[in-house]
Amino acid sequence: MSSGNMNLTLKIWRQKNASTAGKLITYQVADISPDMSFLEMIDVLNEQLIQKGEEPVAFDHDCREGICGMCSLYINGRPHGPKYGITTCQLHMRSFNHGDTIIIEPWRAKAFPVVKDLVVDRSAFDRIIAKGGFISVNTGSAKDANNIPIPKQNADEAFEAAACIGCGACVAACANGSAMLFVSAKVSQLTLLPQGKPERKERVLNMVGQMDAEGFGNCSNTGACEAECPKGISIENIARMNREFLVASLTKKEPKNSGGGAM
Amino acid sequence: MSGNKGLLKSSVAKKVVMGLTGLFLITFLIVHAGVNALVFLNDGGQAYLKAASFMGTNPLIRAMEIVLVLGLLIHIIDGIMITAQNRKARPIAYHGKGASANSTWYSRSMGILGLLLLLFLIIHSAHFWIPNRSNQFATGHEIDLYERMKFIFSHIWVVGIYVGGCIALAFHLLHGFKSAFQSLGLNHSKYNPMIKTVGMLFAILCPLLFALMPISMYFGFIQ
Repeated sequence: MSSGNMNLTLKIWRQKNASTAGKLITYQVADISPDMSFLEMIDVLNEQLIQKGEEPVAFDHDCREGICGMCSLYINGRPHGPKYGITTCQLHMRSFNHGDTIIIEPWRAKAFPVVKDLVVDRSAFDRIIAKGGFISVNTGSAKDANNIPIPKQNADEAFEAAACIGCGACVAACANGSAMLFVSAKVSQLTLLPQGKPERKERVLNMVGQMDAEGFGNCSNTGACEAECPKGISIENIARMNREFLVASLTKKEPKNSGGGAM
Repeated sequence: MSGNKGLLKSSVAKKVVMGLTGLFLITFLIVHAGVNALVFLNDGGQAYLKAASFMGTNPLIRAMEIVLVLGLLIHIIDGIMITAQNRKARPIAYHGKGASANSTWYSRSMGILGLLLLLFLIIHSAHFWIPNRSNQFATGHEIDLYERMKFIFSHIWVVGIYVGGCIALAFHLLHGFKSAFQSLGLNHSKYNPMIKTVGMLFAILCPLLFALMPISMYFGFIQ
């Protein structure tokens, strides 16, 4: 073992599929370099398992550079592990010590059923987006800069909300399994911009409706989502969504069947 | 989902109802603490009894008492509904425990703190409110609440329960006060520090004032 490398005990959630019960299985890995990413450490474990003829641990990953939102491990009681503001793929083994025991679990929520081991089905997020996380008015081709005036502050806030990568760490972190941070980021991103205004009311009502239908829990403002979000999305967005939802609920008119128009 | 039909069922509306009823109950706490703090005048309960008798007999206040009970019931029922749904939202619990790194324990324990407060409230109303109102109903007169306070608070275990209730209230308010504003959509960088500070001061001072009443009576600081 070269200096600084570590031996670790891993307790990993193994579950064959959505319909069978899972449990934590203990594994040992040796000579792990502190420069490895967390996912590379699991790659090492999986090499061992494959050589022994065992089933490797299934886990989600894609870009491995912190921008795709695919990796999703709940490590020692926290989504994306012990650091703030990063995804699991950007977590490195130098954040752990020789001899540590690491508990690795999937995101746990009714709306995120386990597919296998550490892989969960996050298509509930896709269905929420499909309910209004888009702009269906024709915005034309790319405009000249400043053709549509947008206050700097709105542009900044919309951009910050748009940084959401939809990884689901907010749901995983939330004591209530609530998806409010995700949905509020998507609502905010569009509602702050002129192109998003025409569908503003429909959007928030439909997206919140779908969020509830998926079986996510109710927000109780603990702030855990904001603290664990790898992109630092603020719960200000949740307050904005609450406002948008209330106004939309109280003022939305039933559409007339006259045809035409953006809606 | 069409707008108004789903309004009350929606998770956002449940938060709003929680926040509105919570803030309403806070206004009750202010009045309750204000009236009861008159015992600290140490005038044999004269000023306190005058204020208490006004609160117990004024028709407008009595009408508000019904609204208060309704507000409390809505707060409780909404809380139970939210808690039940939240339990269902995560059927399998985590093994790893790391939530203290991202949120306060009391913000995650509002349901349990609320349950403790409800138990306390049952004991507390059995001590004062229920005997007083039933006496009013039977004889038309209020009981001497000051004498009753002195009697009730002459037992150390009762004082312990009241102080415990006040501690539960403090933590419930510490999260609840600022949480109510967030639920109502009132989150603004200009006002957040003020909401946080006022909330923290209220969450500490109001229960402290309440707790000092049984303590002062037990130790005879108030005669």
